[in-house]
Amino acid sequence: MNSLNILKYDLISILSYCLLVTFGIINIYSSSFNESFTSIFDSSTIVGKQIIFLIASSVTFIIIIFTKTNFFDRIALLLYFGSILLLLSLFLFGVERGGAKSWYLIGPISFQPTELAKLSTALFLAKFLSIIQTDLNKTRDIFIVSIIILIPIILITLQPDPGSALVFLAFIFPILREGLDLRFFYFGLIIVSTLILTLILGITKSVITLSILFLILYIHNRRKNFKISILRYLLSLIILIGISFSTNYLFENILEQRHRDRINLVIGKEVDDRGIGYNTNQSKIAISNGGLFGAGFLQGTQTKGNFVPRQHTDYIFSTIGEEWGFMGSVITILLFMLLITRISLRAERQVNHFKRIYCYCFASLLFFHFFINIGMSIGLIPSIGIPLPFISYGGSSLLIFSVMFFIYLNFDSSRLKED
Amino acid sequence: MLKKYILIWITIICSTIFILKLASLQLSNNSYFNSDFAIQEISIYPERGLIFDRNGQLLVANQPMYDLIIIPENTLEFDTLQFSKLIGIEMNELKKKISNSINYSRKIPSVIKTQISKQENAFLQEKIWLYDGFYLRKNSVRDYIKPFASNVIGYTGEVSQSEIDSENYYENGEMIGKQGIEKYYENELRGIKGKKYFQKDRFNRVIGPYNNSEEDIDPTKAKNITLTIDIELQKYAESLLTNKKGGVVVIEPSSGEILSLVSAPTYQSIQFIGQNRTTNFQKLLNDSINKPLFDRSLQAQYSPGSPLKILNALIGLQENVINENTTFTCNSGHYYAKNAFMGCHNQFGTISDLRKGIYNSCNTYFAKTYKMILDKYETPSEGLDKWANHIKSFGLGDYLGYDLFIGKKGFIPESDYYNNFYGDNRWGSSTTISNSIGQGEILTTPIQMANFASAIANRGFYIKPHFVKKINNESLSKKERISTTIDKENFEIVIDGMVDVVNKGTARIAKINGINVAGKTGTVENFILIEGEKKQLTDHSTFIAFAPAEDPEIVVSVFIENGYWGSRWAAPIASLIIEKYLTDNIERKWLENRMVNGSLQSEYEKPYKFKNFSINE
Repeated sequence: MNSLNILKYDLISILSYCLLVTFGIINIYSSSFNESFTSIFDSSTIVGKQIIFLIASSVTFIIIIFTKTNFFDRIALLLYFGSILLLLSLFLFGVERGGAKSWYLIGPISFQPTELAKLSTALFLAKFLSIIQTDLNKTRDIFIVSIIILIPIILITLQPDPGSALVFLAFIFPILREGLDLRFFYFGLIIVSTLILTLILGITKSVITLSILFLILYIHNRRKNFKISILRYLLSLIILIGISFSTNYLFENILEQRHRDRINLVIGKEVDDRGIGYNTNQSKIAISNGGLFGAGFLQGTQTKGNFVPRQHTDYIFSTIGEEWGFMGSVITILLFMLLITRISLRAERQVNHFKRIYCYCFASLLFFHFFINIGMSIGLIPSIGIPLPFISYGGSSLLIFSVMFFIYLNFDSSRLKED
Repeated sequence: MLKKYILIWITIICSTIFILKLASLQLSNNSYFNSDFAIQEISIYPERGLIFDRNGQLLVANQPMYDLIIIPENTLEFDTLQFSKLIGIEMNELKKKISNSINYSRKIPSVIKTQISKQENAFLQEKIWLYDGFYLRKNSVRDYIKPFASNVIGYTGEVSQSEIDSENYYENGEMIGKQGIEKYYENELRGIKGKKYFQKDRFNRVIGPYNNSEEDIDPTKAKNITLTIDIELQKYAESLLTNKKGGVVVIEPSSGEILSLVSAPTYQSIQFIGQNRTTNFQKLLNDSINKPLFDRSLQAQYSPGSPLKILNALIGLQENVINENTTFTCNSGHYYAKNAFMGCHNQFGTISDLRKGIYNSCNTYFAKTYKMILDKYETPSEGLDKWANHIKSFGLGDYLGYDLFIGKKGFIPESDYYNNFYGDNRWGSSTTISNSIGQGEILTTPIQMANFASAIANRGFYIKPHFVKKINNESLSKKERISTTIDKENFEIVIDGMVDVVNKGTARIAKINGINVAGKTGTVENFILIEGEKKQLTDHSTFIAFAPAEDPEIVVSVFIENGYWGSRWAAPIASLIIEKYLTDNIERKWLENRMVNGSLQSEYEKPYKFKNFSINE
């Protein structure tokens, strides 16, 4: 049994976590503030609800810290199938909010199983990849891994909540780490780049650009190795041109109009600050208003005037930007950066494969949320509605991310033991 | 290795990009993103300061005017024909204005009609409630209570773009002093506007004061101004200049306070108020014959004429080239150089001492004095500069520094001027002899004439003439005395001569029973260019005076364009003003009637009507 020796825990990460959660409560209070509030512990208010979930998270902290590590190993499969079941029964018992059937209502508490699926998929993936026989060079195993990730993606997309589904792509990172050929990653990167290039430049220009790039690449490699065959280059080029030609078809037929609009806004093809671009534009105005030191707590005029929609959830970063300025925003970003790099660096030191892969999954999930949420708030990424971990309002999100963090703490503290 | 650190690298790269993007949003001065749409700023204007005359009579106040406002969003269907009749705007214009305001904004108020008077407002208020989306907004404009001294008081108007740019205070649509006291004392009269800030929500609704009104700024009250002008005297002087062109300046010599400043013809401040402002302004601007916007008492530069002889007498005494007993003989003029004769209206063989020279305005006497002043020095340059220095010490050739923005410097020739014209010292006292009698190159404005008369009345000093006595209840500090170069004892004999001018000299008509008036007439030759041809016009009539001569309380300078003899118009007008001011009563009603009813219009029309015309009739 673990004895509670504080020093064996990752204290810097714990501090970062506490700072982020506190900062989250402060900003939720500010962005949902109105004069008629009575107490922040009033469970009928937004902050009150968040604080209740924070207290619940603290309770899980005690439980998880004292749990034996191999318990998580054992329940991974059960938890995963449980989550799948919960996602499936959403279609029968789920409650619709904001156009998506992704909530369970249990008394006064609403719960989003999507969040639980993030945790269970991470655990189950870690479990599968840590089996000695698993080999990511085998097609069969690649197929199984794909299935593990795709099931929640498909179920969540059908809710429909494609933003949350997208988050599961974060598991690419641990899979790569555990031996998937990097060429898969490069291949994916090249395909995505080609799609974006075609969207921005149009077909003709991007075909010309691609051809020139390939020519340069061929000549460059030819100098080093005369035996290189031009055939492979030509074949790759033709495939990419094919993708380029199919971009428009994909764009027009697979995506919905609102997705197309959001993408067009970011790549600058459309400007519409009052209609579809309203959220991002208002968020940018609020952030710009912050300046170096920000307007101060409860002083943000854009925040007070409710100019930014969904400000306490997905657009919480605009409140941080306006009221705490450049300093506050940068500190937030640095805290996330610290947390992600620290978790992945310490994961590398794990002897146990299961624990290492889990920690890596957690760091990847954290990164994906951080990247998409802040990128969207400052207008670098198309609007995708996912929360900023530890900070955004949302009980399920806070609870599950806290649990994932506590599991990391547990694993990290027992790094040297093979139990 | 790459695989181990790929997540870390991507995290660091993304964080860096985010921070750079944040820096560009938050740290650069992007005007679009920095303008805060969530705060509404409302200016609170203090009431513009009042203007009083020296005796506390209210001259300028404020009156309410109303603007008809539309908020398009709030309007319902209404009968435009009936509405256009009600507010007195053509149907088409009304429709155009409404559609303009809709294009501008459906939520923000736009002005449909401005400057609706109190009476019209009272009528409109009864009916306007029938039309949703329209209302009347109170506004404050100037109320010019007395239709006099407009050339001093000036007027206000909407700020121009250049005024907005030059001072970091004004915003579009605000009022600013455009002319006169309204302009010079703009900062005192306007006060400082205050600000109120309101927090708005995303529907552009005000949801409360911003930051508990902590950043609101209270307006600073405007200051009231008391002029040095005596409005009754001003009114009287203006009436005397009816149908004449010219200027009158009245100064209290002991303080430099300007009691009256008349320019005729002139405008009235009230013409710049209300809906006819633009047409009135164009009319005034286009009147190139009467030039009503041109202040003749401050801006018109004339030859001073004979009053300058007084200064030459003083300089002669100061330079010791003459004394009170010096006599010259006049033979209806004299030869000041070979074959160069200067005429004089004195009879052949008149022998004049200084007093007689002054009261008979003898050209010969002062030409010879002037010659002696210049010839006292080795070169004419030295002599002339000495002379010019004396002249300038009386404030001639100078803006005088009074508190209005308009004025002219006049001109006092110095040696440089003649050296450039004739070559170095290739000229002499006889070349510049016209200076002795106030003709020739010298130019002065009526206020400069009044100022030098004031220096004579004070026996050797003057105080900068000025228009404002008090700001709020604070007296403007005592003005400093500016000394002339002439010693005090030299004035008495000259002033005796000036008293004789009125008692037995050229201006006997200006005599007032019981008051010793000192004065000097002037009859100024002048020319005009008509189609490139220089033509002489009837002489200007001019007069300077002060009274009582022993202890002067009032100085008057009168300039009547083309009035012929100084004693014909200028002297009687000055005399009546002195009588009015000192006794508050006019005994010589017949003279008053002649001045008020006398018109010089036919004289002014001559050069425009006839090719050949006779002058000095």
